[in-house]
Amino acid sequence: MAELTYREAVAAGIAQEMRRDPSVVFLGEDVGGAGGVFKTTAGLLEEFGPDRVVDTPISEQAILGAAMGAAMTGLRPIAEIMFSDFFAVCWDFVANEIAKSRYMTDGMVGCPLVIRSGNGAGLRFGAQHSQSIENWAMAVPGVKVVAPSTPKDLIGLMAASVRDPDPVLLFEHKALYPSKGEVPEGEIVDELGKARVLRDGSDATVVALALMVPRALEAADRLAAEGIHLTVIDVRSLVPLDTATILRSVAGTSRLFTVEENPRLCGWGAEICSIVSEEAFWDLDGPIVRITTPHLPLASAPNLEDLALPDADRIAATIKAALG
Amino acid sequence: MPLSGAPYGKHQIVLPEPFDESLKDAPIDLEIRIEMFRKQHQIRQLEKRLYTLFLEGLVRGTSHQSMGMEATSAAFGVALRPDDYSFNTYRGHGHTVARGVPPEPIIAELLGKATGLVGGKGGSMHLTSVEHGMMGSYAIIGAHLCIANGAAWSAKLRGTDQVAVAFFGDGATNIGAFHEAVNYAANYRLGTIFVCENNLYMEYTPIAEVTPVKHPAADRAPAYGLDATIVDGNDADAVYLAARAAIERARTGGGPSIIEAKTYRHGGHSRADPGKYRPDLEVEAWLDHDPIPMYHQRLLDLGVGEDRLTAIIQEVAAEIDRAAAAAKSAPEPPAEALWTNVWANGGSQWRN
Repeated sequence: MAELTYREAVAAGIAQEMRRDPSVVFLGEDVGGAGGVFKTTAGLLEEFGPDRVVDTPISEQAILGAAMGAAMTGLRPIAEIMFSDFFAVCWDFVANEIAKSRYMTDGMVGCPLVIRSGNGAGLRFGAQHSQSIENWAMAVPGVKVVAPSTPKDLIGLMAASVRDPDPVLLFEHKALYPSKGEVPEGEIVDELGKARVLRDGSDATVVALALMVPRALEAADRLAAEGIHLTVIDVRSLVPLDTATILRSVAGTSRLFTVEENPRLCGWGAEICSIVSEEAFWDLDGPIVRITTPHLPLASAPNLEDLALPDADRIAATIKAALG
Repeated sequence: MPLSGAPYGKHQIVLPEPFDESLKDAPIDLEIRIEMFRKQHQIRQLEKRLYTLFLEGLVRGTSHQSMGMEATSAAFGVALRPDDYSFNTYRGHGHTVARGVPPEPIIAELLGKATGLVGGKGGSMHLTSVEHGMMGSYAIIGAHLCIANGAAWSAKLRGTDQVAVAFFGDGATNIGAFHEAVNYAANYRLGTIFVCENNLYMEYTPIAEVTPVKHPAADRAPAYGLDATIVDGNDADAVYLAARAAIERARTGGGPSIIEAKTYRHGGHSRADPGKYRPDLEVEAWLDHDPIPMYHQRLLDLGVGEDRLTAIIQEVAAEIDRAAAAAKSAPEPPAEALWTNVWANGGSQWRN
């Protein structure tokens, strides 16, 4: 067991897969010589060389196109889109090409690739470099979407994503890069489509993702001191979505809260609320409550950014008020 | 106002250059030429039949035909090796035929049948046949130029000498993906061959009215350190020579090429478009610059007998007849097909 940062886990996860499978290649802007703008990919160029670790021009369409064409013809590419906000300039490749090629060709063309990206707020980067766009991604049929919250999950879900025969968007949370966690020795391979119950409590179920997971856990700690006991579930994978774990938990607690960083409208929690209200309505003892970033662009001033994102205070206060 | 200052439909007409008669003596094997003749007929006759089926109300949705533009795809179809990759646009029926895909699954795909090339799920704009190296038809302008780079990159890393060809129209030269793709291919010396079929009109608007250079693909090549080749896209021999050189260059690590093939569609942009925005004089001149009668005469001049050419035309016609009949009588896709092949496991499940 070693302690790694979430930042170090990125390179560890990619390296684990590149050592295992020579068809795994990695490309993106500043990922090689510079080791990534967030220093998440340091050492990969040195270990695997410029044929397999490619520093690309600032050409997101060319990056995802190259990844797709390579995936169609026998390679297993990992492409980096530096900030998830930049998906907006190459969304054609995600939404129209990569996601749909298998269905449009009735199974003839597959795209086994991973697109990983720095997602989310907390770094005071303003409206165009701070968004949480995992809800954009899950709206497109044909791509899988994961967002790990710990170093161990990052390595394990990276491995599962690289080995998956379908395209996977892996969202790393930028504010989690300095966070630390225990990582076991040896190969780590996780499973897509599995949520994880991090804490058991009988009063309510709280589902969270990425940066919202530690914040939900902190809120649960505080409320426990007041006698309110929460189950906290890290959703981890939006597509496939582990609704069974969530429904099972709600059956026990009878209350559901979602904690979402993406802006309010059509956030991922809305889909979970819809499923729970349809399929577990009679288990519920009160309204489902979504705790989200308001439907706003993000500001760069620290106090304004902090006000926008759900934090432990807001999470705890909202849950306490709703539980009465 | 268009940049030319001319009102809509009154733009400067562009007439074809006369065919280069000296190409008759080009060093191209006669059997290769006969194969190009056959492929041009396969494409022309298929497109004509598809048009008839459309008039019968059997082809739904839109489709984009390439009558008049057969020479370029036919020449590449002959010049490429079976394991090379090609990436088409949504105007891709001809490029699909050119790689050796038989007509029946193509017709069936347009008729929305279970026996369609992609099971009725793609339609006219998404014809794909990986076993023929035809890696898809792409309906969002420019994307497949970037994707072709990935196939060329993959070939390089896997140590094969396969090349990747991306066909595109003149309109694609003004989208960002074109420039990203060409820069990327040139920078990494990928074996990508960019083939612009310049038919003078992006959709309804003349390319010249929205582009500040005369040759929309070729004139951009120097910006990426590439030489470009401009050819008569209606002369299969001219295209074949350019294709052969570009393929050789790509195979031997010489990097990408840009070929601009000048051509013209006999019809409009799509089903909905009769092409009335094009001046009559221009249309007539290009109808006279038809690739197929010229090539027929060239083969006669080279000593091929009329009986052999006629036999080829009749064989192709009989094959199209058989294919159309089979496609018409094929069943629709089963309802279950709606739910298949989103994922590699064959299904579409997104939750447990």
